[in-house]
Amino acid sequence: MALVDVKGVSKRFGGLTAVSEVDLSVNAGEVHCLIGPNGAGKSTLFKLIVGLYPPTTGSIFFDSVEITAERPYARVQRGMSIKMQAPSVFKELPVRQNIQIALQERLSGAERVAEEERLLALLNLADDGGKLAGALSHGQQQWLEIGMALALRPQLLLLDEPTAGMSPEETYKTGELIKSFNAEGMTVLVVEHDMAFVRQVAQRVTVLHLGKIFARGSLEAILEDQKVAEIYLGKTHAH
Amino acid sequence: MLKLLDGPQTLGRGRIFWSCFLAVLAGALIYPVFADSYDVGNFAYFLIWIFMALGLCLMWGYGGMLSFGQTFFFGIAGYGYGVLAINMGGGTATIAALVLSVVIAMIAAGILGYFMIWGGISGIFFGIVTLSATLVLAFFLGQTAGPEWHIGPARLNGFNGMKGMDPLTVGDFDIEGSALYYVMIALIVIVYIALRMLVNSSVGNVIVATRENPQRAEMLGYDVRKYQLLTFVIGSGLAGLSGALYTSWGQFITPSSIGLPAAAMPIVWVAFSGRNDLTATLVGSFLLLFGFQTITVYSQQAALVLMGVLLLATVMLAPQGFVLGIGKLVVDWWSRRRRRDEGPALADAGRLQSDET
Repeated sequence: MALVDVKGVSKRFGGLTAVSEVDLSVNAGEVHCLIGPNGAGKSTLFKLIVGLYPPTTGSIFFDSVEITAERPYARVQRGMSIKMQAPSVFKELPVRQNIQIALQERLSGAERVAEEERLLALLNLADDGGKLAGALSHGQQQWLEIGMALALRPQLLLLDEPTAGMSPEETYKTGELIKSFNAEGMTVLVVEHDMAFVRQVAQRVTVLHLGKIFARGSLEAILEDQKVAEIYLGKTHAH
Repeated sequence: MLKLLDGPQTLGRGRIFWSCFLAVLAGALIYPVFADSYDVGNFAYFLIWIFMALGLCLMWGYGGMLSFGQTFFFGIAGYGYGVLAINMGGGTATIAALVLSVVIAMIAAGILGYFMIWGGISGIFFGIVTLSATLVLAFFLGQTAGPEWHIGPARLNGFNGMKGMDPLTVGDFDIEGSALYYVMIALIVIVYIALRMLVNSSVGNVIVATRENPQRAEMLGYDVRKYQLLTFVIGSGLAGLSGALYTSWGQFITPSSIGLPAAAMPIVWVAFSGRNDLTATLVGSFLLLFGFQTITVYSQQAALVLMGVLLLATVMLAPQGFVLGIGKLVVDWWSRRRRRDEGPALADAGRLQSDET
């Protein structure tokens, strides 16, 4: 059953069509990767799904309810959560407070404190709780933002290039983290360029090219697709 | 609830801070015993403005909304108090006039804030729109000199200002002099404590999160517009409280209390003090008002020039505010001294403790 259904969605910025007539279904419980060359419209599609841009045409459904006109906060309250492409944390606030702000609507008191500790340990930030978030490295800020997104316990987790700026070890650990949350039932939609990471986590893959769906299917099928290799994967395919 | 008094959004925590707070409060309470009634009345006058400063601190420092129009709400409540007190006949009704005038200022803030915030106005444009509203109100009130400009028996009276309203009164007892001073102290303590609890609560967390990154805050499921409106209404209500108390104190109000020089003053107080902290704003605003009033006795022009110099000095030398900067230096010095005195083991323990907060 589709948790997210994007139907015929287009987004135009003046004369530029960033996303054109896109249909995309993300099934409940899957890890779905969205790949494509730079400028393919992946991040725009993410922002359309989460409500940061209104679509020019088309409709978006979440859990069978149309959410096309809803504001982002309402979509988050329905069970979505996003990690943006560039780290988007509260830089002048301590790391712990960043997590608290994400948790406070769901938990309170000792339960919230315990969950804060658990998340900080999970994110390798246990020793940095008192630091300002802006003082963390780029990779740590990515982790923190992923933690804030996870703190909402969303049905659908949207991750826009979650491993940018991370070392291979951190990237691998992020993949395992995503898989562990997926095993608990969380649906994950990921935009990612790192094919090793895509191989690690993806169950289904959609390829965007020039704002349109170019191919979709299982990871294996996409990796076998010569046309996809030509437009995007190139030498990476051979790895 | 009491845990909210000390939190990440307020500097000054723990036993030492609260002991100092109680000592200052005790000093303030016994001050009228030793001072003459003229000085007590003057102190009450300085304290009137503290509410407006605290409200702007909440909106600007915590909420990230620089309102250049706090005197708009000051004026609405100030004139509102006058109109209501005159129309309701004075006496104990002046208490109702005070409360109602603040409510009217908050409603005005709700309406103006709704259009600005839901209309997506932010940053410098927020300041421009609020300043425009202030100037329009001051201009409008300035041209109400004719006898046709009245609400019941209350004449607005143009630039000469409205007068003839009673001071705050309970029964036959006028709240003036020392009594007004004690009311001010009580109100400041209540407002200060309430604001500390607000900014350290989960609502305060969202207010500062919205200041830092409104898009991220919305992506955590918060309708940031509602939090911004709440902050704006509370901050403006406090400006209104200053306005109503001002009219009650002097039993007059003129458009000059609303115009451009008056509107700039709260910005200077809060910027100089340190907009990111309520305590710094409380202390700094009081010191500035005291200094300004003292110099005004000799030369009002010199006092205004000094305010301008202080604003420039703040921007150049201490963008986070002088009082806040000095406060942080004192806390750092004290922490370093304690660590040195208590040895390396305790120093580490102290560091870990502060990391947790």
